[in-house]
Amino acid sequence: MLFQLLALILVVLSIGFLSHNTQVNMAARGIPSGFDFLGAPAGFDIGETVIPYDPSQSYAVAIGMGVLNTLKVALLGIVFTTLIGVAIGVGRFSRNGLVRGLCYGYVEVFRNIPVLLQLLMWYLFMLEVLPPSNEAWNAFGGFFLSKGGFSMPWPTAGVGWGWVVLGAVVGLVAAGVWRRHMLSRFERTGQAGDRLWAPLALVLVLAVVGWLLGGMPSQWDLPEQMAFMVDGGASATPEFLTVLIGLVTYTAAFVAEVVRSGIQSVSRGQTEAASALGLTPKHTMRLVVLPQAMRVIIPPLTNQYLNLTKNSSLAVAVGYPDVVSVANTTINQSGRAVECIAIIMLVYLTTSLSTSLFMNGYNARSAIKER
Amino acid sequence: MNTHPSHTGFTPIAPRPSPVRTTGLVAWTRRNLFSSIGNILTTLFVLALGIYALPGILQWGVVQAVFAPDASACQAARGTGACWGVVAEKYRLILLGRYPFEEHWRPVLATSLMLVGLVVSCIRVFWKPWLAIMWVGIMALFFALMGGGVMGLSPVRTDLWGGLPLTVLLATVSIFLAFPLAIVVALGRRSNLPAIRSVCVVYIELVRGVPLISVLFMASFMFPLFMPQGVSIDVLTRVVVGITLFAAAYMAEIIRGGLQAIPKGQLEAADTLGLSYWQTQRKVVLPQALAMVVPSIMNNFISIFKDTSLVTIVSMYELTGALSLALNSDVEWRPFKIEAYLFITLVYFAFCFAMSRYSLWVEKQLSSSKAR
Repeated sequence: MLFQLLALILVVLSIGFLSHNTQVNMAARGIPSGFDFLGAPAGFDIGETVIPYDPSQSYAVAIGMGVLNTLKVALLGIVFTTLIGVAIGVGRFSRNGLVRGLCYGYVEVFRNIPVLLQLLMWYLFMLEVLPPSNEAWNAFGGFFLSKGGFSMPWPTAGVGWGWVVLGAVVGLVAAGVWRRHMLSRFERTGQAGDRLWAPLALVLVLAVVGWLLGGMPSQWDLPEQMAFMVDGGASATPEFLTVLIGLVTYTAAFVAEVVRSGIQSVSRGQTEAASALGLTPKHTMRLVVLPQAMRVIIPPLTNQYLNLTKNSSLAVAVGYPDVVSVANTTINQSGRAVECIAIIMLVYLTTSLSTSLFMNGYNARSAIKER
Repeated sequence: MNTHPSHTGFTPIAPRPSPVRTTGLVAWTRRNLFSSIGNILTTLFVLALGIYALPGILQWGVVQAVFAPDASACQAARGTGACWGVVAEKYRLILLGRYPFEEHWRPVLATSLMLVGLVVSCIRVFWKPWLAIMWVGIMALFFALMGGGVMGLSPVRTDLWGGLPLTVLLATVSIFLAFPLAIVVALGRRSNLPAIRSVCVVYIELVRGVPLISVLFMASFMFPLFMPQGVSIDVLTRVVVGITLFAAAYMAEIIRGGLQAIPKGQLEAADTLGLSYWQTQRKVVLPQALAMVVPSIMNNFISIFKDTSLVTIVSMYELTGALSLALNSDVEWRPFKIEAYLFITLVYFAFCFAMSRYSLWVEKQLSSSKAR
């Protein structure tokens, strides 16, 4: 008890000491404190934003733009990382020796090089190796890649496409209802119905119905090669591409290892027992191996997602305006270092904690149900 | 109905063919590359990809490449061949940063000493108490050599230190400091005392929730404000403290995993023997728990080594930063940054790969001690 009290007093005292020093120092150097500066106009432009932004808007809005950029690259990164990482992790069990070797090589190379260095190299690749934007590489007529970034066709916003989205959403809901129905029938009668193709067909058919209802819209915004640049369509800046590609290739190597160890953790006896019961290899994988592997995979996979989100802060090194980069500019302009670093930390703490909450929920669902 | 061979005439069945070889190159190829049609197609596809890509890479990297430190030859080969000459020209600046040119032997000697020390510490025969004394000596010598001011060496400020010596220094010192801190914090998180436990939980979760770069920003922007007036702390120290605090939180979680795996019976047995809390931890719990988590700890060391590259962002010139420093100001050589990047990539890879191989070896050693 005495020991605890002493420790607590020590912690409180040292925090008090540090904050007292900070206040004294800030007063001595004439650094103003407080979050009132957030309302002042930012006055600097941001290279790219998810929603329109103007330099006359406040610091708070500018930092919000940075947060949106961080979320954008992190969400897309998580999706691509999962796809590539799982493919490579499964590839390490391929029957083909060359594929196994390539996957092994990929993992060893990409996880043993600092991610910052990889980002810097990708950025250099974008700026040095890619052609200038007046002679962009072109594939299938609609996809362009150059120093100016990447462009691809995108549906023109309009009422017609709204119907398509509506149809797809209705399809998704219907598919969910269908899956629930099939699941409950399976639990009642033991008859497994189709839980993959019918829902998929539902979504597609309803999307097409929406397209027909919306008057069959066919306006696509196609990017075109202009004299000096590629214009139109959906586009991504080279900075965004650098951060996305760099984070995905790096984190995918770790995800591949997570997937590999998960699959390896399911003992061979399980597979053998499944085939003794007459399950096909496909069913063995889906019903026996994967559910058990998922339990081992999910906690470290969550960590990798969090690492990807935190590593997106390295975007500051290649000039992608994520939250750290915007806050850094704010520090240089307003001199409010303490407040800006606190904001950065708060943003990441919130994303980290909410991601782990979400993943913990998923983990609890797939954990062993002990009776 | 007599079917006995002696009555029907004995005719042995034909001998079976000898079994297919299952070892050797040919057998491996047959099993792994050409076992089925799908497999053959995959093999051919991968081979075709290799045949398509390899000549180009070889052309660029070897055949057309310029190896001599000759800027005009490099300029002429630009776009068709690599310019490895940039490495030959700039390797001293890349590896040693802004350290005074004529004093370069000092960081080289100091770093070699440190690397020898690290290699020695990895060998099992040398795991003796004198290893700790040796490290105190090595550290003292390292700082004396790098910093100067003693034995007639001219003093060199820490902000001039750079390149590989700085990378190795940051990684080694942070690992050495973070490890004991992590043990204390992990024990604290498992402690029965609620106050201690909550302090440790808050520290771990807070640090693990934020990126290292924000901790480094804090070390470089905010740390000076924390100190009493008149006290100023060297930027190198501040960054080391930042990396240490960051690494310790991750390490503590790894060690906690090991602590949780110790069966309760061990603790109860220690209690029965009358061991105190610290005796129990030191003699019973920690040896088992730490042995269990060696592979994860090694992975953590590797990531600390890689993470030292981030100090570039707060303007310290370790390997990554020294490279930009060496090339950005030199118009003649700046176009060949990719080749220089590939060079330091190789350096980082060599260190990290060696560490991961060593971790596999340790893991094997540990599992052989468990095998009966």
